[in-house]
Amino acid sequence: MTEKFQGYLRSDGRKGIRNTVVVAYLVECAHFVASKIVAGFDDEDVQLIGFPGCFPNEYAARVMGQLCTHPNVGAVLFVSLGCESFDKVRAKGTVASTGRPVETLVIQRSGGTAKTVETGRAWVRSALDEVAKVERAPMGVDELIIGTICGGSDGTSGISGNPAAGKAFDLLIAEGAACIFEETGELISCEDIMAERAKTPELGEELRAAVQKAERYYATLGYGSFAAGNAAGGLSTIEEKSLGAYVKSGDSQISGLIKPGDVPPRGGLYLMDVVPDGEVRFGFPNISDNAEIVEMIASGAHMTLFVTGRGSVVGSAISPVIKICANPDTYRALEGDMDVNAGDIIEGKRSIAEVGQEIRDLVVNVAKGAQTKSEALGHREFILTYKSFDPIGPSCLPAV
Amino acid sequence: MTGPFLHLHPDDNVLVARASAPVGTEVKLASSTATLTQTIPLAHKIAYRDIVAGERILKYGMPIGIATEAIAAGAHVHIHNIRSAYTPTHALQDANGQSPETSK
Repeated sequence: MTEKFQGYLRSDGRKGIRNTVVVAYLVECAHFVASKIVAGFDDEDVQLIGFPGCFPNEYAARVMGQLCTHPNVGAVLFVSLGCESFDKVRAKGTVASTGRPVETLVIQRSGGTAKTVETGRAWVRSALDEVAKVERAPMGVDELIIGTICGGSDGTSGISGNPAAGKAFDLLIAEGAACIFEETGELISCEDIMAERAKTPELGEELRAAVQKAERYYATLGYGSFAAGNAAGGLSTIEEKSLGAYVKSGDSQISGLIKPGDVPPRGGLYLMDVVPDGEVRFGFPNISDNAEIVEMIASGAHMTLFVTGRGSVVGSAISPVIKICANPDTYRALEGDMDVNAGDIIEGKRSIAEVGQEIRDLVVNVAKGAQTKSEALGHREFILTYKSFDPIGPSCLPAV
Repeated sequence: MTGPFLHLHPDDNVLVARASAPVGTEVKLASSTATLTQTIPLAHKIAYRDIVAGERILKYGMPIGIATEAIAAGAHVHIHNIRSAYTPTHALQDANGQSPETSK
């Protein structure tokens, strides 16, 4: 139970399981230059993230700040075109206040593409030397934050992969970890059974309200959080998909409701409300799976458990993704992308408890440094778009 | 036994295929035995008993939609005969679980 591994100690006391140098573009116009800088470091842990928009957005600024001070991140290079609205001074200040190496290159003032790439690569080279000196410290499961998501779901997801992920969550929470589940748009019809699991009745009301908000939001948009492939895989309705998705939360009591960027204050199970507040604007809440993964990383997730039936191959920048394949046929077809074969449950070869234990053990191994399949393949997907949120209410994080 | 199908909850009026079930597969249902007249792909559903139009579809013991027409015991239960109580389901031509190239 007291299994320890070596984390990367950050100045705020948080510990990381990776030590990445991040290059972040602050508008699409700087994306290419930033990606050219990263391309110079194929064999080192240098990763690209960014925000494409030219208009300001408080949500994007906050998420970017949380990502760039994530415990898995050791240093940050911002790449700006120069005329975009993203507040690069504030962003640099946020990172600098943590003691991490940070620099901003403005393409318009750095001599254009070629010179900015050259300067950027030289800075990253020196940052890699700096982050190699970061202090290591013993870290336990009780210091981990783990997210879960399902993507490319089919009718097997709710029978094998999601219950196994839920079992792993129960094991990790019992060891003191903080676990996050999300996509309130895929919890539609589950709000009543979920509210009964809340630590306090007031939190239960908040959970219920978050799902009802998602229901209204998606109704306005005219589409549920449901892709065409879900139907091909045997799912007929959003409520059928939701019930399958809900079980990846496991059986633990729900300790709180957070929004993207809010870090769980202690161990336990947390629902992340990912649907924007206020009137419907900026389009769909999360336009693809990686948008959800990014939000959990912004809330401190060290890694993400990704359950798939149809067969997603994505990974993520900053925090590793563990791919749990619910569908035995998909596992056979895409074995090179999958970390766990939960399809064994469908075929009667292993129990949900056995696969849940395998996932829990894999979480510890990945925390110790073992690469996940998507990590080893070089997957570093990232997407951040426009949203707006109000702060969480006083009932969302009940005291111990 | 329901063969290659799972009855996930005693209240359910559907069964879920735990492997692709070919045409001709015999399946024991609530009060009859059906012979499949079409392939039921992995994780797709069939009716465990006769379902009337407007009836709630139960899976995991929970409502997952509403029958839009009468569904005979043993028939495929999917987007062509049930609907969401919340938002409509968007699907492409492969929604029956066969890719368009192979199903014609």
